[in-house]
Amino acid sequence: MLRFLTQRTAVLIPTFIGITLVTFLVVNLSPGGPQVVQDLNVRVSSETRERLVRLYGLDRPVHQRYLSWLRRAVLLDFGTSFKDGKPVMAKIAERLPATLLLNILSLGLVFVVGCLAGIIAAAYRNRWPDRLIDAGVFLGYAVPKYWLALLMMILFGIKLGWLPISGLRSINWEYLSPWRQVTDIAAHLVLPVVILSIGGFAGLARYVRGRMGEELDSDYVRGALAQGASENAVLFGHAFRNTLIPVVTILGLSLPELIGGAFIIETIFSYPGMGRLGFDAIMARDYPLIMGIGTITALLTLAGNFIADVLYGYLDPRIRYR
Amino acid sequence: MSYTATWTRVSGTGETMNRTLAAGLAICALFAVCAVFAGRLSPHDPLAQNLAARLQPPSAVHPMGTDELGRDVLSRMLHAAGVSLTVGLVSVGIATVIGTTLGLIAGFYGGLPDTLIMRAVDIMLCFPVFFLILMVVAFLKPNVFNIMVIIGLTSWPGLARYVRGEVLSLRESEFVRSAVMAGFGAGRLLFVHILPNVLVPVVVTFSLGVGGAILTESALSFLGLGVQPPQPSWGNILLAGKEYIHMAWWLSVFPGLAIFFAVIGFTLSGEGIRQWLNPRERG
Repeated sequence: MLRFLTQRTAVLIPTFIGITLVTFLVVNLSPGGPQVVQDLNVRVSSETRERLVRLYGLDRPVHQRYLSWLRRAVLLDFGTSFKDGKPVMAKIAERLPATLLLNILSLGLVFVVGCLAGIIAAAYRNRWPDRLIDAGVFLGYAVPKYWLALLMMILFGIKLGWLPISGLRSINWEYLSPWRQVTDIAAHLVLPVVILSIGGFAGLARYVRGRMGEELDSDYVRGALAQGASENAVLFGHAFRNTLIPVVTILGLSLPELIGGAFIIETIFSYPGMGRLGFDAIMARDYPLIMGIGTITALLTLAGNFIADVLYGYLDPRIRYR
Repeated sequence: MSYTATWTRVSGTGETMNRTLAAGLAICALFAVCAVFAGRLSPHDPLAQNLAARLQPPSAVHPMGTDELGRDVLSRMLHAAGVSLTVGLVSVGIATVIGTTLGLIAGFYGGLPDTLIMRAVDIMLCFPVFFLILMVVAFLKPNVFNIMVIIGLTSWPGLARYVRGEVLSLRESEFVRSAVMAGFGAGRLLFVHILPNVLVPVVVTFSLGVGGAILTESALSFLGLGVQPPQPSWGNILLAGKEYIHMAWWLSVFPGLAIFFAVIGFTLSGEGIRQWLNPRERG
């Protein structure tokens, strides 16, 4: 087990360096400088401008800058934001819980709905529930998520007035009772979580249906049915348990897409998460903040894949870590 | 239908084109017609402003209403079709060439090239790609060319991995082995024996990819980082729709439907080709 873990960690390192290096090069080699240097008052003398450039270390060659960035990044020190001088890590830490909440809830919803849809489709193969789910899966893939977000905002937020359409909390949140505080956040989360999950259902449901189909055709399922096991027991207890294993990997691999989707969804819903912080950082060319968010996002993805790998072995006793 | 007959002969399965493929191609053809004849089909100039008639609901004169500057939404939608289709086809074209080439190299040569390419694929698959695309488009100028290139440069890894797997199994097949035995060079093996056998999955991936690229382009335009006004695109009409969400539903509904159906068209085509060639697989 220990050796497996060290091996997996060793693979993570080049991936981590690759992702941060590409991001760093894109950030630093693009034409035009960061906004702080570009948008200075025209009356600022060229000496001051040069002093600022030196202060931010923008005068050194790129490889030197990357190495010194990497040395500090290993200790999770991403410097201070160009925009307001606050430490990047503090700004991210402030937004990270909201993003984790959104992504973990979506991942959970994708898992439950995707698996259920796949199981039902497999149980009713080629009959109407299967066809209905297949159509739903297909439409869920093709619909532009941000458009669906707009339509749901119009319907549930404006026309029906059931759900709030922006932010994570109401303005008077602090004055609500503890119970109302929880329901208030839950109400704000409904639309972002549902819309973020829709893309994920499609792939997972389809995958589960395919795998379940194979399992249901296999000898051990026929054997269990012949011995008088109930259909539900066979479906959930036997076939689904075997399908579950690769599902964990699929969920791990779907993380980048989910996090990418969060950039749009958070921007639309004015959700106070890391995605919107990242979008604003890109628009302001806040280099340290962009690098910090890119790195943390990559780390989350890698951690997700890593956990999926470990779970895979835990769920499948046939795989032994040696 | 003569083209069906030709295709049937090519596929050799003797099966006629399935309904999925027919529906997909019909939708794609409809959008292609809109894109090519946008100038003639448009009832108005897509850029002509008329502030007296701003934010008008759909009517006989303006079937899809007018936008915040009084421009005819239908005309803008028709002109936007060309942008979306071009971005989709060109960017996925770029990705297909890169992915297929790298997959062929990795699978055929193995060893160091294989290790390097597959490591790059692993990195790309863990990459928060949308963040990278946003960054590049924002830093370079957001225009159609940059969008096509960056989507193309970031969406090849899945295909490369797939093609590599196919090549690895083809390399062990009898006909490739006998070709090796016959002393054919690497070029002939690759292009005459291996490439034609991976083309079908490549075409399927291409068709499915175009839908994805159209979604990405429209998302970028929707965030203000895609096609820049006054040039219309479905995404930037939707952006205006978001601004006027309280009073002008038609600005949100029509461009969204257009994206939706374009993606459906290309996805159905891809699925249709897949089903047609593997009749056992049900979609």
